[in-house]
Amino acid sequence: MQSADLPGLPAGPIGTFTPQHTTGHVLCCLCGVAIPPNPSNMCVNCIRSQVDITENLQKQVTLLWCKECERYLQPPKHWVRAALESKELLTLCIKRLKGLQKVKLVDAGFVWTEPHSRRIKVKLTVQAEVMNGAILQQTFVVEYVVEPHMCMDCTRANTNTSIWTACAQVRQHTGHKRTFFYLEQLILKFSADQQCINIKEMHEGVDFFFSNRAHALKFINFVQNVVPMRYRSDKQLVSHNEHSSTYNYKYTFSVEIVPICRDDLVCLPHKASAALGGFGPLALCTRVSNTLTLTDPQTLRSVQMDANAYWRHPFEPVLNSRQLVDFVVLDVDTAGAPSGRFVLADVQVAKASDFGRNDRTFFVRTHLGHLLHAGDNALGYDMSTSNMVNPDLEAAAEKGFTVPDVILVRKSYEEKRKRRRARGQKRPWRLKRMAMELEDEAGGAPGRGREQRGGPEGTRREQDMERFMQELEEDPEMRSKMALYRDPDYDHAGDAKLQDSAMTDDEDGDMPEVPLEELLDDLTALHLDEEEE
Amino acid sequence: MASRLQFENNNEIGVFSMLSSSYALVALGASENFYSVFEAELSEHIPVVRTSIAGTRLVGRVTVGNKNGLLLPNTATDQELMHVRNSLPDEVVVQRIDERLNSLGNCIACNDYVALVHPDIDKETEELIADVLGVEVFRQSIAGNTLVGSYCCFTNQGGLVAPNVSVEDLDELSSLLQVPLVAGTVNRGSDVVGAGMVANDWAAFCGFDTTATELSVIESVFKLRNSNPSNIVNEMRASLIDTLA
Repeated sequence: MQSADLPGLPAGPIGTFTPQHTTGHVLCCLCGVAIPPNPSNMCVNCIRSQVDITENLQKQVTLLWCKECERYLQPPKHWVRAALESKELLTLCIKRLKGLQKVKLVDAGFVWTEPHSRRIKVKLTVQAEVMNGAILQQTFVVEYVVEPHMCMDCTRANTNTSIWTACAQVRQHTGHKRTFFYLEQLILKFSADQQCINIKEMHEGVDFFFSNRAHALKFINFVQNVVPMRYRSDKQLVSHNEHSSTYNYKYTFSVEIVPICRDDLVCLPHKASAALGGFGPLALCTRVSNTLTLTDPQTLRSVQMDANAYWRHPFEPVLNSRQLVDFVVLDVDTAGAPSGRFVLADVQVAKASDFGRNDRTFFVRTHLGHLLHAGDNALGYDMSTSNMVNPDLEAAAEKGFTVPDVILVRKSYEEKRKRRRARGQKRPWRLKRMAMELEDEAGGAPGRGREQRGGPEGTRREQDMERFMQELEEDPEMRSKMALYRDPDYDHAGDAKLQDSAMTDDEDGDMPEVPLEELLDDLTALHLDEEEE
Repeated sequence: MASRLQFENNNEIGVFSMLSSSYALVALGASENFYSVFEAELSEHIPVVRTSIAGTRLVGRVTVGNKNGLLLPNTATDQELMHVRNSLPDEVVVQRIDERLNSLGNCIACNDYVALVHPDIDKETEELIADVLGVEVFRQSIAGNTLVGSYCCFTNQGGLVAPNVSVEDLDELSSLLQVPLVAGTVNRGSDVVGAGMVANDWAAFCGFDTTATELSVIESVFKLRNSNPSNIVNEMRASLIDTLA
């Protein structure tokens, strides 16, 4: 360091002689210009003229581009969306260039081209080792010709939208559609229908169509997670190319949902009952998720039954929610501590229809001790008068099982609801619906048929929907699984006034309602969502 | 004049031939071409001997010599030694030396008066070189390369060294050898000049790839522009007369 200060002495530690190195000049072996020696001993211009490191690189490449969806093909069959002069497009362009592995890419950028010219120019700077270790850098322009080529998706979409390769036929053999309303809400919440190309409502179920078998499988997987079901798959050969030995199939998945719904009364077959430790055999279905929850109203025991266990010993409901009868609670006597959701109680009830005719009352042991009070209405099955045809129940009765006269199922808010409707109070929320095509009018605009349809079928559907919404109001747990939206037509101020007047006479204080804070703001309020309905 | 030639499509002709002012050794090739170029240039003045050394054709790399003598490596067979000895003029001493670094052409570079040798060469060998070749011996390296025979080529007239030699090293070598030196290349930019060319006082041969620029450098530094053996004699005579006068 110090010696560097002294002029004429070479740099280095004191006391050490460091010979000075002055680089000499050699003549460029081609043109004779004096240059500092380099590995190839040629001047830069001569190296350039001698070797072209871009020789093995393509200068013109064809890019396939789908005009419809404006995506570029990334071989073998991936289509990438990329804007002009974007990072993604540059990546794609560089990837398409063959021979780039042999050189080192230093820089790449777009050269501006007219967007309609169908040409993309990319300026690349590459380095490569040439002639005994000299590294040469070279810049060149590659021209990409953008050729229109429709992608498979668009071809399919443009030819015939109804062409499907996989179909999931979801069926539940019950008289009502509530399970499908439930499923619909879950599908909407989790966007499980994203890959659906068509949804058709059929008798006792819905068909979902997909362009790809994997999409259908994914959908079935979703359904499997939310409802108890089983499925079988079938395939039909559509076409077959014996030269390439490719087969074109249509896949059909027949999905059968367990025909037991919430509030159904079931009688377990002897084997199923024995497998559950002598449970039942008469039980109410109190909840349906991907398993059935069965509760014995007499003992409050409840069991979970998954689809596999159900299909091992399948059974039909003895009575379903259509056969519910209105009872009036006369007296409630809780018998025992609450266990789980329920409280066991001894209740004296009379049929609402018997009022004014006779004085028949029933003493019922029920699981609804936490809800019922004297004077309430409750819905239940009147076993003494109903006509039950069920081999399992008969078998149980033969073994000495005594069937109770009445089984209460749930508290009824029907009176209060009726009063409320009479006042003109409406629900502040609504549900989204899926665009569905109806069975009878195939080819019509999807989702159009729902409003147009009248008749007994339509009213039953409306009843089912109403019941489904009531269920939602009554069960916060079920509500938490789906998305409820604020009704933009709902008049908050007017309703609050009505509610105040209702509160004064204190009639429907315990009426279940959806808290307003649980509701979501609908996208329609922002005028964004047009595809719905 | 310098000539361009190839040995079986190989430009490194210094590997396959060895040239001094009083003889030339040429490798045995499949064709006569290589030999005949030497023959055409040299046969009037000096013997051109075709031989193999230790059974290989790498004649130029394993031998070293000048007008006074020729050193062969210990791997050379008796038969080859005899053949070379019989073919060379009587005044040239042919000696086989027992040296560990037996590619003598790579480790030693010499003209008729001075030799540069690899720094690791044996003391005995060094003495033998001085005795047989009649030269002053210097242990040297050229721009960090200890294979002095590969990276330089010099005669009594001048010399060519590898291009990456610094100016100071070049000056030092030049003052040791007492001949003008220049940094340059052969065979289109190759820096192994010793392997790419052979030269004596009036002729030089270099690889076929050597460019015109390189050739002109070689011709000017080895003073080959208007040189032939008689010219040298005339020059010497003139200077002798000059000093006598």
